[in-house]
Amino acid sequence: MAASRLIDRRMGIFLAGLFVLTVAVPVGNLWIAGQPVPTYLVALIGKYLCYALLAVALDLVWGYCGILSLGHGAFFALGGYAMGMYLMREIGARGVYANPVLPDFMVFIGWKHLPWYWLGFDHFWLAAIMVVAVPGALAFVFGWFAFRSRVTGVYLSIITQAMTYALMLAFFRNEMGFGGNNGLTDFKDILGFDLASHETKVGLMMLSAVALAAGLLLARWITTSRLGKVLVCLRDAESRTRFLGYRVEHYKLFIFTVSAMMAGVAGALYVPQVGIINPSEFSTANSIEIVIWVALGGRGTLVGAALGAILVAGAKTLLTGWFPELWLFALGALFVLVTIALPNGVLGALEGGIGRLRRGTPTREAEA
Amino acid sequence: MSQQPHMIGGLPPEAQPQLYLDGVSRAFDGFKAINNLSLVIERGELRAVIGPNGAGKTTMMDIITGKTRPDTGQVLWEQSVDLTMLDEADTAQLGIGRKFQKPTVFENHTVEDNLALALKGDRSPFAALFYRAAAKEAARIDELLGIIRLGDLRRRIAGSLSHGQKQWLEIGMLLAQDPQLLLVDEPAAGMTDAETMLTADLLKSIAGARSVIVVEHDMDFVRALDCKVTVLHQGSVLAEGRLDAVSAMPEVIEVYLGR
Amino acid sequence: MTFVLRIVVVLLTLAGAQHAGAADFAKLVNALPHGSYHERADVVREIGKTGNPRAVEVLQALANDDLKVMADGTVVIVDDKTGAAVGAVEGASLGTPSADSLTRVRVNNMVRRAIRTATGMLTLRSPDPAKRLAAARDALRSASPDQIEALDAAIGAETDAGVKALLTEARAAAVLKTDAATTEKVAAIRLLEARGDEAARAALSPLATAKDPEIARAVTSALASIAETQRMWRLAQNVWYGLSLGSVLMLAAVGLAITFGVMGVINMAHGELVMLGAYTTFVVQQVIRADAPWLFGWSLAIAAPLAFVVAGAVGIAIERGIVRHLYGRPLETLLATWGVSLILQQAVRTIFGPDNRDVGNPGWMSGAFPLGQMQVTWNRLWILIFAFAVFAALLFVLKRTPIGLQMRAVTQNRAMAANMGIRTGRVDALTFGLGSAIAGLAGVALSQIDNVSPNLGQNYIVDSFMVVVFGGAGNIWGTMAGGFALGIANKFLEPFTGAVLGKIVILVGIILFIQKRPRGLFAVKGRAVEA
Ligand SMILES: Nc1ncnc2c1ncn2[C@@H]1O[C@H](COP(=O)(O)OP(=O)(O)OP(=O)(O)O)[C@@H](O)[C@H]1O
Ligand SMILES: [Mg+2]
Repeated sequence: MAASRLIDRRMGIFLAGLFVLTVAVPVGNLWIAGQPVPTYLVALIGKYLCYALLAVALDLVWGYCGILSLGHGAFFALGGYAMGMYLMREIGARGVYANPVLPDFMVFIGWKHLPWYWLGFDHFWLAAIMVVAVPGALAFVFGWFAFRSRVTGVYLSIITQAMTYALMLAFFRNEMGFGGNNGLTDFKDILGFDLASHETKVGLMMLSAVALAAGLLLARWITTSRLGKVLVCLRDAESRTRFLGYRVEHYKLFIFTVSAMMAGVAGALYVPQVGIINPSEFSTANSIEIVIWVALGGRGTLVGAALGAILVAGAKTLLTGWFPELWLFALGALFVLVTIALPNGVLGALEGGIGRLRRGTPTREAEA
Repeated sequence: MSQQPHMIGGLPPEAQPQLYLDGVSRAFDGFKAINNLSLVIERGELRAVIGPNGAGKTTMMDIITGKTRPDTGQVLWEQSVDLTMLDEADTAQLGIGRKFQKPTVFENHTVEDNLALALKGDRSPFAALFYRAAAKEAARIDELLGIIRLGDLRRRIAGSLSHGQKQWLEIGMLLAQDPQLLLVDEPAAGMTDAETMLTADLLKSIAGARSVIVVEHDMDFVRALDCKVTVLHQGSVLAEGRLDAVSAMPEVIEVYLGR
Repeated sequence: MTFVLRIVVVLLTLAGAQHAGAADFAKLVNALPHGSYHERADVVREIGKTGNPRAVEVLQALANDDLKVMADGTVVIVDDKTGAAVGAVEGASLGTPSADSLTRVRVNNMVRRAIRTATGMLTLRSPDPAKRLAAARDALRSASPDQIEALDAAIGAETDAGVKALLTEARAAAVLKTDAATTEKVAAIRLLEARGDEAARAALSPLATAKDPEIARAVTSALASIAETQRMWRLAQNVWYGLSLGSVLMLAAVGLAITFGVMGVINMAHGELVMLGAYTTFVVQQVIRADAPWLFGWSLAIAAPLAFVVAGAVGIAIERGIVRHLYGRPLETLLATWGVSLILQQAVRTIFGPDNRDVGNPGWMSGAFPLGQMQVTWNRLWILIFAFAVFAALLFVLKRTPIGLQMRAVTQNRAMAANMGIRTGRVDALTFGLGSAIAGLAGVALSQIDNVSPNLGQNYIVDSFMVVVFGGAGNIWGTMAGGFALGIANKFLEPFTGAVLGKIVILVGIILFIQKRPRGLFAVKGRAVEA
């Protein structure tokens, strides 16, 4: 009963695929002679899975609630920074300046003490809490102001963009104590596991897969609950929803905060796999790119969002490798084509096509 | 939020007016859409509000439901709650239900879900997150589907309904809310004559247990309601009384019926 | 009394020097290679006093190590590059002596200082008023007592009122370093107080601790008054910077106000249209540099209409090709136009390369002029004027022309406008084209103050949106108010917070402001907006 609510056909297929991946990749990397799955590919797949989780987070607010957030890049980056701070402190005295407490960049800019907000980040559990708490708190405060005063539509998009931009400027400043331009990098290990080893990489990739599956199921659980239905109501007819007695701003706040936390987790898993986090993660372009993953896969389909992320990120890796000049053309064209020709995304188009074939005639819903 | 209850003429609570508007005004860019409007709706009363286009009928409903704040004046609910301090969700939770001039249903949900979402109950996000459908509610939905005669279409996506069906669905949603006061804005638009009469009957049967304010341009419909009529003109009450009486008044004929 | 005496003495010595003339100068120049650095510095000072027309050249050659002595003891000036020598005293050409037959006349820092003062004195008598002004400014800065004589002479001979005033102030500053009488010093202090700038402050501040209580008092009050004057000028300077930034923001945003306001279309490619305008300017200048360099002064006047057309045409293409299909879906429009912005960026990068391209300032756009204590750069001033001109023209188009009327009709009620026979499709295309064309004009202006690179547009997009949202979409007066308010606020914050933090504060401020007034400063009201 519960399972059938959470796992429909497309979710089932996707989760099965994900499971195969999490089994095949480690086996191919660690246990088969000749390593058919090279380690760089493991890290790459892990990275895509983090993107997919981020896309699911955005789909929750955009697909189901109509909030086009251009701030999810920021939530992702904040989660990443929280994890990065832990990884920095893990380095300990192994840094270039061999300072047991201060990260290298702080020694470099002449700081003598660890700023208060870095305290405790040598404990993994605190960092793990911060990974969700910081993006969550920011989303809560921001959303509380924005939703209460009924800022909607493009205005909301623009101010989320402004928020992200302000954060980017802030993180570029050395005085912020997050490494300025260079960000946080040169990590050594996580919970004692060497980040350079194959095993750790495989482990992180598997963890990302588990996180993605959990994120998908959580999102699915939320969207199939009555709360999810109310979200769709306020997406389609916000004013009407209020007149039914629903406090629209509370619903938006709830989903925005949950989504930001999910983005934070994605960022936290991403950082140890790519080995760096810097302020460019806050750039406007990044946040909008997330939107196109979701749009390509299909808004409001969750699984589609995850697929879209993997497709676009994969294409980016391939194209920037082969024809770096072409990538932005391709991405730009993708934005244009998807919005005009594929309003329901790849998944929507596929399933719509299959459905029409089965029924033989176009349905009224499809027209509407 | 709530004020001290103060009695009018020492009446017992049941006999006090459900809704009480006094000296309400609201201007948009200097244009007075509502101008010193006063109105009393008794508990269980059915009231028709008529008036030419732009008379301020919809704006009056906006004010009652907290969508629009009046510049001056008082709006009291059951003699105790100042509605001008509340917003749409508050007034809905208090028991004021509203049907819009332009039918708005949730186009991406089924007919059934539209009704289920409107059913009276806890509206908080967490309650919604952990909500489980109860048998009693399912029965109520069946009942409502019977009333609005959309039983066959219960699993249809609401977006695919016809205009008239949407009107009915919205009436159903209004009933599902189980409100104390129903504000019904032009329910008959887009309905056949027979359906219009059915709607009138439905509203008449609802009144008594609840208060109902109906705005309508269709005079046959208003006649069928057979109730007290308020004529609104330029944001204030021009006349009040039985339809025959008000339609005989020369000033009403001039501003409204005469046109 | 002593003052009068001094002047008489000075005049007499000067007259003597003039009379002694060329013979003295030759003697002094020939004495230069000999003696200690100390003596050499004295000789330099004496040369300065001769006022000989060749003195500046000789002293400068000495400072640049170009003054040499030939084997026969003749002092010559040798050109570094060609090695050609001319006699230091008469300036006659002496051919190209071999390098090893020459000995350099050495100088140290003390001598260099003496050279600077002496040439300063000499240029005080230059026939070019600009040179005299610069020399007077130097004299004020160095303010040494031994300049007084020369300054007095120069003041007597000066015809230009501005230079004369400055010379008098320089003299006052010099007087303060002598042991002149208290009344004379107080008069000098008053004079400098009236000047009220940094140079005056520098000249006065050492005297704040003077022994003489009257002088100390006068200096303290003068310093306070100077501080006040400087504060006012700093304020004025900040206002000017703010206006300048505001005009840039307004230019960048006003096109957006049209597309967003009239059509409700979020055009994320707006910044790239600005960039196209800047690159149009670059291309125009390239062509002019290659084929018609004499037209360079006109390059912007040529580029502006071209940029208008190029950006406008691209805008119309975007509208017809993409935006048209997405009316009523603002979020999708945002995404699609973002895609366009990526394509335009990459196209420009492919064609022109990723680096900054060099767009020059025509003569009338470069340099600066002082306005009281502030510096006003010509390019900023012209951009401010240009911004107002564009704004006025736009206002005219919107309010006074038929197409403007149709645009406003479509804004207010699209369906009704269509029913009245307005071809909304054509109006949409034209409106979008107009907004885009104005972005192109903004690009021409921005090419004069910013780096012309493929990222140019990205740097302005967030700012422009902030301006429009802050000012209130759909109202170009709001855009103007928003641009200037944000520009000035930014520049006033900067001294306290630094540029980056200032910007962050502004962004956060706008985010909070939107909460209070979700539709901006000058909101368009009405039901249509709420729906
Ligand atoms: N939010 C608003 N902004 C500006 N004007 C408004 C607003 N709401 C109402 N008005 C104006 O107030 C007046 C009254 O409008 P209202 O919709 O209440 O009329 P109505 O009596 O319901 O008319 P109809 O019979 O056509 O529905 C109209 O002129 C309308 O334009
Ligand atoms: Mg109405």
